Amino acid sequence: MRWWTFLLACSAVAAAVFFAACWLANDYYFFAGYTVLQFVVLATAWNILGGYCGYVNFGSAAFFAVGAYTTVFFHKALPLPIPALVLLAGIASGLIGLGTGYLTLRLRGAFFSIATLALAVVLQTLVVNWNYVGGSRGAYVVRPNEVALIGSYVQYLFLIMLALAVGALAVARAIERSRLGFGFATIRDDELAAEASGVPTLKLKLIATTLSGALMGMAGAPFPYYIGYLEPASAFGLPYAVNAIAMPMIGGTTSWVGPLIGALLLGTLQQVATVTISSAVNLLLVGLLLVGFVIVAPKGIVGLVQPYWGRKRKRAEPP
Amino acid sequence: MTADLFVNALVAGMLLGGFYAAVTVGISIAFGILDIVNIAHPGFVILGSYIAYMMNARFGIDPIVAGILALPVFYLLGAAIYQIYYHSFEKRGPEALRGLAFFFGLLFITEVTLILAFGVDYRYVQAAYIDRTVNLRLVHLPLRMLVPCLFSLLMLALLQLYLTRTFTGRAIMAVAQDQLALRLMAADPVRIKRIAFGISIATAAMAGAFLIIIQPVEPSVGREYIGRVFAICVLGGLGSLPGTLIGAMLLGVVESFTATFYGPSWAPAVSFGLLLATLAFRPAGLLGR
Amino acid sequence: MTAQLLEVDGLGKRFGGFVALDGVDLSIAPGERVGLIGPNGSGKSTLVNCLCGTLANETGSVRFDGRDLSGLVAHQRTRLGMARSFQLPRPFPSMTVGDNLRIPLLYAVNARPGAAHLSVAETRERCAELLGLVGLAGRVHDYPRDLTQVDMRKLELARAMASDPKLLIADEAMAGLSHSEVSDIVALLVRLNERGITVILIEHIMRAVMSFSQRLVVLVSGKKIADGRPDEVIRDAEVERAYLGQ
Repeated sequence: MRWWTFLLACSAVAAAVFFAACWLANDYYFFAGYTVLQFVVLATAWNILGGYCGYVNFGSAAFFAVGAYTTVFFHKALPLPIPALVLLAGIASGLIGLGTGYLTLRLRGAFFSIATLALAVVLQTLVVNWNYVGGSRGAYVVRPNEVALIGSYVQYLFLIMLALAVGALAVARAIERSRLGFGFATIRDDELAAEASGVPTLKLKLIATTLSGALMGMAGAPFPYYIGYLEPASAFGLPYAVNAIAMPMIGGTTSWVGPLIGALLLGTLQQVATVTISSAVNLLLVGLLLVGFVIVAPKGIVGLVQPYWGRKRKRAEPP
Repeated sequence: MTADLFVNALVAGMLLGGFYAAVTVGISIAFGILDIVNIAHPGFVILGSYIAYMMNARFGIDPIVAGILALPVFYLLGAAIYQIYYHSFEKRGPEALRGLAFFFGLLFITEVTLILAFGVDYRYVQAAYIDRTVNLRLVHLPLRMLVPCLFSLLMLALLQLYLTRTFTGRAIMAVAQDQLALRLMAADPVRIKRIAFGISIATAAMAGAFLIIIQPVEPSVGREYIGRVFAICVLGGLGSLPGTLIGAMLLGVVESFTATFYGPSWAPAVSFGLLLATLAFRPAGLLGR
Repeated sequence: MTAQLLEVDGLGKRFGGFVALDGVDLSIAPGERVGLIGPNGSGKSTLVNCLCGTLANETGSVRFDGRDLSGLVAHQRTRLGMARSFQLPRPFPSMTVGDNLRIPLLYAVNARPGAAHLSVAETRERCAELLGLVGLAGRVHDYPRDLTQVDMRKLELARAMASDPKLLIADEAMAGLSHSEVSDIVALLVRLNERGITVILIEHIMRAVMSFSQRLVVLVSGKKIADGRPDEVIRDAEVERAYLGQ
């Protein structure tokens, strides 16, 4: 399947999802669906660096928050439509990804991971001390009720996140089948051998951190409008960091399908669990699933299913 | 800047640093010597705090005594975790991804379990010395800082003696450099690493007790320490206890000055900023080559 | 003096207090087959790593094909035409044998300035040709874990060759192989050399070194102590004392 055929197929599925939600005529489904789709984007973005290159980012929440706070900043400084904000958020968090990568990617992988943990706290401290975007008190972002042509604002936000999810999946899948994806895999396998084979590992890792960071930021951009009131603790919340890791790990990290499955499964599970049980219990569940899967099923759900999938699909050749 | 303020900020920083050394020493052993990136360590420290809290609240046991009583339990916990880690990750090959996710999951599970058990309220302990302060002319020495600092230094000294003077201790140090030499010493590397990791987690019991003497604790406090401990570890150079102490003192003093002169809300960024800067410019540590 | 392919001048490297390389000079002409020997810890691997850009040398310089290599990292040197095989084979375990070879084709050959990009068909053809050359024909879809020790060495050499190098540095390509397997690999290296590739062979197995090398270089404690015709070098009193006498 060529990438645009894939994009078309994804869009068709997305349109079906959207109209199904419209048909249910209940805003709750849009609210819940938005969160699940947001996790699809986050998990897919995390996997571009984590799954393809083998570098663990613990700071997904930081990139997400950079996106969200870009929106808060422009909401006050220069009101722009959400698609423009998504783009700006992508640029801001992409640059942060590039910077973090540039500082730490020459070192052993563990140092990069530790640095991403640190990054989250540094950025959170900066935001807490930055009064323009609300400081520790948080900021209100008033959203309009209606959007022309689409209907309620929640539907509009849902549609944007749906588009982002389709975009993220298309990007991930395109990478997998390209020269870039092969280069990423050599980094995951053996960096020394990769360099000896002519792979510019530092450059590739920087591309991955930038892309991954940018996508996470884009996922965060509509969030202030969704939640209406953004405070540092919710934007930098641990659930984002944990889910961004747990979803690909549980789904499977070697292809775009894994994060998608993981996000749909865990995301939906959490939506249901938050309503029926407490949110702390459902986070505990995510933690237990994460630990359980990395020990028992290191290849995730995709790895568990693959043997029964019938013949193993042949990998596409790169251009 | 008055001399009084300066001296007190310096002393407060060193007391804080002494405590940071206790929190970090476990990571120094796990990350620096065993090459296990145990980011869950701060979670175990908080667990230690809650154990000290329970023993103190229920039986009126002194938190430091409680920490000592918890040592064997934490040692066994550490040994068990290493056993799982070894069989699930280390044995399978050098892939770091899943091992990191494993410890991240443990950190998360510890935190959420504590929230479910105790809620998000701050907990504190009672001991006679907590509210006292020793005043030496200019300098004020609050005992709630001084006591943890002194016990922490004692713990570090004992560990250093153990690592340099005993057979098992030397074997632990050798694990980092040369697995072959270790085999020639007729020591089983897996057993040695299990012991070392057990010790590393056991230090969290003490560090947790110190923490709850110094400040009230709630489950998510641990996260603040992740950046700190790794900053100290990297600053001091990996795998050296004296280096750990120096790094801890340095961070304590820098944080204390930041809090005194810029306000406490900036303090967390200091450690992480220092960590990022060290990683970027002196990854071998301040004392490294 | 004719143009040398590789000119190493006063190369020095230390690890803390330990001097791994102490002013090594070495020049190699195009098309030569050079053996590099020395006891364990004599600095052979450090030399290879400094030549290939995995480690940075502290003093001295390396010129390759008329270019100063200082400041160039490993992949840039690979692209200039310097390939290496690793002492312990380091294939990409998640990729098939064919994809292992495809990496240098994609990232070294296609990235060379002025070179035409290989099409998918050409890439596939080149893979098959390389596998045929090393004797792994038909194993293109296998994974490295399915290969035997000797086949793994062959894959390692094939991958180094895939970057289309001018100089091949084979770092102990035969350790742990049987008598006939060693002969196999030596024959393979000679075949590669006949295609115009300069080869440096770092090896402990004297039989292999002696049958392969046109010139022998001896490294002891980071210093070059001999450099010349193999039969002369091997009789050199200093070499005997420092190396063979052990």
